[in-house]
Amino acid sequence: MIRFEKLSKRFRRNEVLKEVDLAIDRGHRVALVGSNGAGKTTLIRCLLGEYTYQGRVSVDGLDPRHDRRRVLSKVGFVPQLPPPVKMPVRQLVRFAASLCRADPERMEAVAARLGLEVARFHGQPFVKLSGGQKQKLLIAIALGRDSELLVMDEPSANLDPDARHIFFELLAEKQEKSAMIISSHRLDEVAALVNRVVEMDQGRVVLDDRVADLVELTSRLFCRVKLGHPEPAFAKAIGEWQFRQCGDGLEWQGIVAGPDRLRFLGVLSRYAAILASIHMDEDVSGPIVAAGLTND
Amino acid sequence: MNHLLLNAQADIVESLRARWFLVYAAVFGGLVVLLFAYGLAESRIMGFTGLSRLLLTYIQLTMAILPIFVLITTVRSVAGDREAGVFEYLLSLPIGLGSWYWGKLLGRFLIVFLPVFAAMVGAVAWGVAKGADVPWLMLVYYTSLLMALAWCFLGIGMLISTLARSSDVAQGAAFVVWLTLLLFLDLILLGIMIREQLPAESAVAIALANPMQVFRTASMMLFDPQLVLLGPSAYVILDNFGQEGFIAYALIYPVILGTASAGIGYAVFRRSDLP
Repeated sequence: MIRFEKLSKRFRRNEVLKEVDLAIDRGHRVALVGSNGAGKTTLIRCLLGEYTYQGRVSVDGLDPRHDRRRVLSKVGFVPQLPPPVKMPVRQLVRFAASLCRADPERMEAVAARLGLEVARFHGQPFVKLSGGQKQKLLIAIALGRDSELLVMDEPSANLDPDARHIFFELLAEKQEKSAMIISSHRLDEVAALVNRVVEMDQGRVVLDDRVADLVELTSRLFCRVKLGHPEPAFAKAIGEWQFRQCGDGLEWQGIVAGPDRLRFLGVLSRYAAILASIHMDEDVSGPIVAAGLTND
Repeated sequence: MNHLLLNAQADIVESLRARWFLVYAAVFGGLVVLLFAYGLAESRIMGFTGLSRLLLTYIQLTMAILPIFVLITTVRSVAGDREAGVFEYLLSLPIGLGSWYWGKLLGRFLIVFLPVFAAMVGAVAWGVAKGADVPWLMLVYYTSLLMALAWCFLGIGMLISTLARSSDVAQGAAFVVWLTLLLFLDLILLGIMIREQLPAESAVAIALANPMQVFRTASMMLFDPQLVLLGPSAYVILDNFGQEGFIAYALIYPVILGTASAGIGYAVFRRSDLP
């Protein structure tokens, strides 16, 4: 579906992309990882037809620079930093829907699934929304239409756990028919979402690897964590995952979206010294219901 | 809706919410209020009184303020939007670059022209309410001149925004352009150039190439048909154009200059990196 052939990009004397060759097909969910300055954003901007370049980029045989409307009608893009657009929320949705020949109500329905009632913010400028609300709306605009390629830059960074789970569900609905490129500085943020990892460094692809596609995007884990002794910093960190304190105050229970498991374990690892036990059940609705933790 | 109109509408809505627009609208509205408050409509000069006098003063003040306002606000918001990532996102939507660029220009034109025009119409409405005669011909003429001037500097502003890669550079360049045009507006400078044996035709050519000077000459023409205030260069202008000819030139030249600038800006825009 996507072909980068000998793609190079230079900003004056600085060569940011160096003859990148890469092919991505439908069904590929690619984690594009690398440190700052590795060339991830430049690669994405070339793909979106926003940069001039040497070499060739094609999406289904079309050049994104010269056939931008046809190419971009297939692409849903979520930037890392929401742009400071002053348009009211309603107008932004209608503007995007009109350009994409999509139904604005479908976009609003996706936003509602993510927990954002667009009707409440119709007249409010987009720039005045909170970080999480902006992210939800941008995701809704990208996913609330028939996009065949999703390009996302740290898309779930500002989302709360519930919204992350819904977001993973939305991706799961698209995964068969679409290709996805998810850019991130850290692999652990996106590892469970993808089936392929492309690492960039200094403008080159230094790793292109398939990864085991074992984690269901829609799966959830019931988690129980016991501490050796109470720790306020841990309580604050686990509270952000919407865990509940149980029993003697040393036990915490909650639900983690399947693709978030690595990220969650990363948080726990910071408190390894005070952890007494960790218990995780995948795809088990019993404990979730028993603990009264359903979050649908 | 047509993508060009859709983008023009989006730009208008964005601008209406921007702080610069509030200041911009307040300045032109405030000017008219001030002119009324200081009784300019009742004063008399060179046979002009009432609304004619007020419009004449308003147009002279507008000529000084409008170009720099249009230049700075255009480059600030366009180059600023690019820096802030607005272009990166909005240009990832399937919109043609022509619809994006010209839609933005159209929306911006309406937004810069309407407050100036609304202030004029407000002045006329106020004058009519007070029983003054309305100088319709003058109103139409000045409105056309203002449209031409706004379009001209908007086109130049879009060109600068496209060429400059940061809003700081764009603002600096806009200021330098305005200052250069202002310097060559000064009749003293033109006088010195002639005294330093620059051919008079060259000085007049510079005056005719400067849209601010063209606008100034054209706005004077109604109350100073012989262009006495312009001195010797007026003879060349009137000999070559005649009054009607110069009025046509004053309306057409800034539009062509603005369109050409915007056109070059577009050519650069579509061949360069967008965000």
